[in-house]
Amino acid sequence: MALFDLALVALLLMLALRVVVEPDERSAIITFLAFGLLLGLAWVRLAAPDVALTEIAIGGGVTGILLLRAEAALRGRGKQAEPATRTGKLAVAAGSAAISAGLGFAVLTFSTPAPTLAPAAAQALPATGLGNPVTAVLLAFRALDTLLEKVVVLLALIGVWSLAPDALWGGAPDLKPAAVPGPLAYLGRVLPPFGVVIGVYMFWVGADAPGGTFQAGTVLAAMWLLVMMAGLHPPPDTTRWLLRLVLAGGPILFLAIAFLGFAFADGFLAYPKALAKPLILAIEAALTLSVAAALAMLVAGPARKAPAR
Amino acid sequence: MMAVLQPGVLFGLCGAALVGIGLFAVITHPGLLRRIVGCNILGAGIFLVFGAVARRGAGPGFDADPVPQALVITGIVVAFSASALAVALLKRLAELTVDDRAAPDESRSGL
Repeated sequence: MALFDLALVALLLMLALRVVVEPDERSAIITFLAFGLLLGLAWVRLAAPDVALTEIAIGGGVTGILLLRAEAALRGRGKQAEPATRTGKLAVAAGSAAISAGLGFAVLTFSTPAPTLAPAAAQALPATGLGNPVTAVLLAFRALDTLLEKVVVLLALIGVWSLAPDALWGGAPDLKPAAVPGPLAYLGRVLPPFGVVIGVYMFWVGADAPGGTFQAGTVLAAMWLLVMMAGLHPPPDTTRWLLRLVLAGGPILFLAIAFLGFAFADGFLAYPKALAKPLILAIEAALTLSVAAALAMLVAGPARKAPAR
Repeated sequence: MMAVLQPGVLFGLCGAALVGIGLFAVITHPGLLRRIVGCNILGAGIFLVFGAVARRGAGPGFDADPVPQALVITGIVVAFSASALAVALLKRLAELTVDDRAAPDESRSGL
């Protein structure tokens, strides 16, 4: 397996360098997508299947739609900064190499035995009723991080929406290309039923096996994007209350249950022991929908059409 | 020598190199979209170093420490949100610049 690891590392570094030196914007982005997919394999080798699923779905999938659409929109009129001078580039290369070398040194001199929270997680796992330790960390042991992260995603979405011109505020984003290619329309009809089943499965199985909220949410977001890009169903107005309810529903339910922890358990974000698993699953279900809607709307971008009313 | 070939060390070193590559792109590349991509490579490198830490923290019954892994999942989603915001800003910037050049008066009154 060492040979496989070495080949994987060499490929990752080559692709990353290629992204930097490639003159053509579109080729660079496609190279970056290949990099994201291979990075998923690296995560499998690091015994992190949950991270691998997230990396492939986001790094290799949704980021791809985002960057390729941006490239198409910016082609020929992208903002260019002043190109760096030769000496400037050399200086930056030396500085970057020094930072890499420092990090590499840190990796080689990690303390032994490695500090770990794995025994603590293993000990507390039965109390949550979950079988997947990563889900337990995300939704129980470090639930505050997950809650704040959802808020950050929503803040980013507010930032994106606020970039709409004044006249279009509250309108719908535009995802449909001028002419929808036949294969895209076909895929838009055939893939979503399977994608939705896979997304729901990933969410459900996440309690006990690799999978979970973010992976499932990303798959659902991709399916929604496919439908919108194929022109089968237009994107909603950003002022639609149903859209906003789905977006905010996850964090609101999470917060509500967190505060109820004061009354029925040990405090903020604590679950009563008997109800831990059902509560976690309820939060996860709402969060999955919120993540799916937020990621899809982030890719869709600010409003491009005037609001209907 | 064999110690370097452990996944926990090898991918950590790979992550360290990716940080350098990404940083170089962020600072020197003239195209702004490519700088966003560079930022993503930088982030991927940092996550990999973190993943190496998790792998080394393997405990009884676990192949890796789940706490850093969960934090990396959170980080990937946040990094994506930041990229989406950056891309939206970049598109708006390009629109405004083109408008300014094409019809300076109209664009000013239109805002």
